[in-house]
Amino acid sequence: MSTESPEAFKKHIRGYILVFVALMILTGMTVWVSSWKVGVPIAVAIALVIACTKGALVATVFMHLKSEKPIIFYCLVLTLILLLSVLLLPVATALLTMTNNAG
Amino acid sequence: MSDHDSHKLSFVQRYIFSQDHKVIGIQYAITALCFMFLGLVLMMLMRWQLAYPGADDPSIPIFGKLLKNALPGGKLTPELYNSLGAMHGTIMVFLGVVPLAVGAFGNYLVPLQVGAGDMAFPKLNMSSYWAFFIGGVVMLSSFLMPGGAANSGWTSYPPMADIAQGGLSAQFSTRLLSGQSFWLIGMVFLISSSLLGSINTIVTIIQLRVKGLTFMRLPFMVWAQLVTAFLLLLAFPPLEAAGLMQLADRLVGSNFFLPAGLVVTGEAVGRVGGGSPLLWQHLFWFLAHPEVYVLILPAMGIVAEIIANNTRKPLRGYKSMVYSILFLGFMSFIVWAHHMFLTDMGTVISAFFQTTTMIISIPSVVVITAMVLSLWGGSIRFTTPMLFALAFLPMFGIGGLTGLPLGLAATDVHLHDTYYVIGHFHYVVAPGTILALFGGIYYWFPKATGRKMSDVLGRIHFWPTLICLNVIFFPMFIQGMAGVSRRLFDGGATYTHAQPVMWTNKVMMMGAWTLALVQIPFIFNFFWSIRHGRKVGPNPWEATTLEWAAPSPPIPHGNFETPPVVYRDAYAYSQPGCAKDYLPQNEPEVG
Amino acid sequence: MSELIPYIDRERPDTGLTNAKLGIWLFIASEIMLFGAFFSSYIFLRVGAPDWKTFAYGLTDPAAIHAPAAHDDHTDHATENASTADTPAKALATPTHISSPLHASIPMATINTIVLITSSITMVMAWASLVLKQLGRFRLYMSATILLGLLFLCIKYTEYSAKLAHGLTPGMSPLMGMYWVMTGLHVVHVIGGLVVNLYLLIPGSRMWKTNPEQFTGRIEVAGLYWHFVDLVWIFLFPTLYLL
Repeated sequence: MSTESPEAFKKHIRGYILVFVALMILTGMTVWVSSWKVGVPIAVAIALVIACTKGALVATVFMHLKSEKPIIFYCLVLTLILLLSVLLLPVATALLTMTNNAG
Repeated sequence: MSDHDSHKLSFVQRYIFSQDHKVIGIQYAITALCFMFLGLVLMMLMRWQLAYPGADDPSIPIFGKLLKNALPGGKLTPELYNSLGAMHGTIMVFLGVVPLAVGAFGNYLVPLQVGAGDMAFPKLNMSSYWAFFIGGVVMLSSFLMPGGAANSGWTSYPPMADIAQGGLSAQFSTRLLSGQSFWLIGMVFLISSSLLGSINTIVTIIQLRVKGLTFMRLPFMVWAQLVTAFLLLLAFPPLEAAGLMQLADRLVGSNFFLPAGLVVTGEAVGRVGGGSPLLWQHLFWFLAHPEVYVLILPAMGIVAEIIANNTRKPLRGYKSMVYSILFLGFMSFIVWAHHMFLTDMGTVISAFFQTTTMIISIPSVVVITAMVLSLWGGSIRFTTPMLFALAFLPMFGIGGLTGLPLGLAATDVHLHDTYYVIGHFHYVVAPGTILALFGGIYYWFPKATGRKMSDVLGRIHFWPTLICLNVIFFPMFIQGMAGVSRRLFDGGATYTHAQPVMWTNKVMMMGAWTLALVQIPFIFNFFWSIRHGRKVGPNPWEATTLEWAAPSPPIPHGNFETPPVVYRDAYAYSQPGCAKDYLPQNEPEVG
Repeated sequence: MSELIPYIDRERPDTGLTNAKLGIWLFIASEIMLFGAFFSSYIFLRVGAPDWKTFAYGLTDPAAIHAPAAHDDHTDHATENASTADTPAKALATPTHISSPLHASIPMATINTIVLITSSITMVMAWASLVLKQLGRFRLYMSATILLGLLFLCIKYTEYSAKLAHGLTPGMSPLMGMYWVMTGLHVVHVIGGLVVNLYLLIPGSRMWKTNPEQFTGRIEVAGLYWHFVDLVWIFLFPTLYLL
């Protein structure tokens, strides 16, 4: 990125500011939505979608993931798969144990 | 990365707070070997206790007199026995084998084998060693705590570990200054250490490969270290999280692992409910199963190098071995709950983990088969390292195959927590990994010192060690099938079902004490050869990989006189149309 | 010494990366697993708990937390504005909506979210200034990042004191335990980032004269870490406070 001309680079800076504004709006939104009287699953789903959007914005723009090298992608994809495994498999055992005991 | 020339470094900079990967590797090796010997001594005490559990039986020789205060009447107390069990496992895995396999061999060999001058981050490398060292000191000092060292097994299962040594009710200072809390603090240091080390290894392999050294030309050892580093990098953090949570349970009264309504010895200890001991098991085994492969992959790497060199043939199926360990590394993250079949996870989850466990045995078989096939048609040189490498193959085979009944829920119900489990993983780690590590020490000793270790003493070390290891660990399968639990202070003397196999306790005890005795030739050989071993050139084994292109010992801070350039695969032995039977990777012309 | 270890200040042609860039991403990968394990624990304990009340309040009566004035043992410390949360009676009466001992902190946590996101943009601007060769603006933005980080810690400190004053200790319930370890670990990461940023602002910036390429690289790496700390907070905030 450092090889680009200053004019081209200033475009990136505009991008950063846009993302910043978007993050602010999303933060407001997630707080506002949390005051709605909706069921827990819906509330979780909405909060998760907003958080993932914000996270994706930070990662792709602030952390330059959108123009990152393949090796870093491979490492992160591997990490995310393992993250899903550590997030979901334990809870799957908890859920299935509960149904076992109920049935 | 300072600008000093190595000659101007003070003694402390050169040998203690060194940033040279070779010195750090040797520091790791010496420290880890000391810890391994300590772990062996703990085992000798425990084995004596199991062989002579009665009050009238003979007391422990030598140590009974040396450690009069800790061993009343020359016998172990049940509490001390529990501590020794927990600490033997912890020391051997986290302070002995992993630092030797990854810290020592990884640090010493990876930069040399990729042709680099040093690790990518020398300062980080130094901090990684010292974090390991502090972790080791914290672990050892836990023996001096009022309640003794950690005594809840090397797995530190809650709720026992949570409430051990006054974890719930005692004063804050008592809870902090207890073996279990120190175990957790020590683990945090060890985890940080291996985290820094693994980042360093991965960056070194990916970034510092010399010209011409493409990924598929890397020695198998480097691949093994790369996969190992990824396992450490991604599997250890969940244990760090779990360790911090258990520390919070013990120190600030949180409630992560204590179930509601827990009653211990007639006293209700559950605080507010909602905690789950299973959470610890998930997070612990999320680390500890990949950890098994951390223990075994570097050993496979060492054995592959030694076999290729001593059969004078290229490794058979190098690529399939590489893809196998990549797959193995990935799969090792999704098999962990086969340690938890008895925790009422439900049949669906058990079936899932059984399936993944059966799948993961395939790549190990591919690697071992490739190594055995590599022997076929080779003109084998039975050097000392080769003896160890050859012994590794069947020993790891026994260890691996005995794991299959443990990976199937139906058979695991019978075998879980018996000596069978102990036999299984010790076959993988002790006659497996540790033999390979010994082989590695004999093989690369000339590189590190410029002198060879004695072959005669090597053989005197090898044969009794191999026999003793089998004498110790094989009876464990027999005991385990008979249903003897792994955690008995009296070795089963009070159980009817254990009576037919009680005699094996004495056999194992003799094996363990003899094993310690036959390490003397090794220790002597190691120190004697540093000064008096036969002097050798840079490439005494006529090997092909890059570390042999550097002088022996390699140049401090820089390794190579000129950066090597790589022209071919790692194992160009006995190439047709060549004058000599090996072609180093950095030699330009095919003869 | 640049001969000894290459690719410190320039990218390796075939990977396109400097050593430090790859190193920090690996570190972040490891951190993802660390925080991931905590999120996993949160989900596991929450799903495994018999009901939300046990998970969030343990044995404590929710009313005792939401209306501290009504209870003698808490009257001295009734500093936190409980009315910012839904009134407990209403929240508990509505079966579809949940009450939480952390709802009272939503305003402070929201401000903290804004503070941290702002510090992220100043961090990226600090790096961008260096790319545009403006050291003065770099100093300005970096100072702003550090000040915002300190502001985050101050607000966190207020929040923690209020929690302790109300007896919302880690031992109260699994939720409060998760709250303390997760935010506590995050605070440790913020402090670590601040130390690095402070070093790079004052003594570290001398490198700009000798090796501007490497210095810009260092700021980028520090920035990646700082954004990651922000990223963790983005997930912590709804998980702990809003749900």
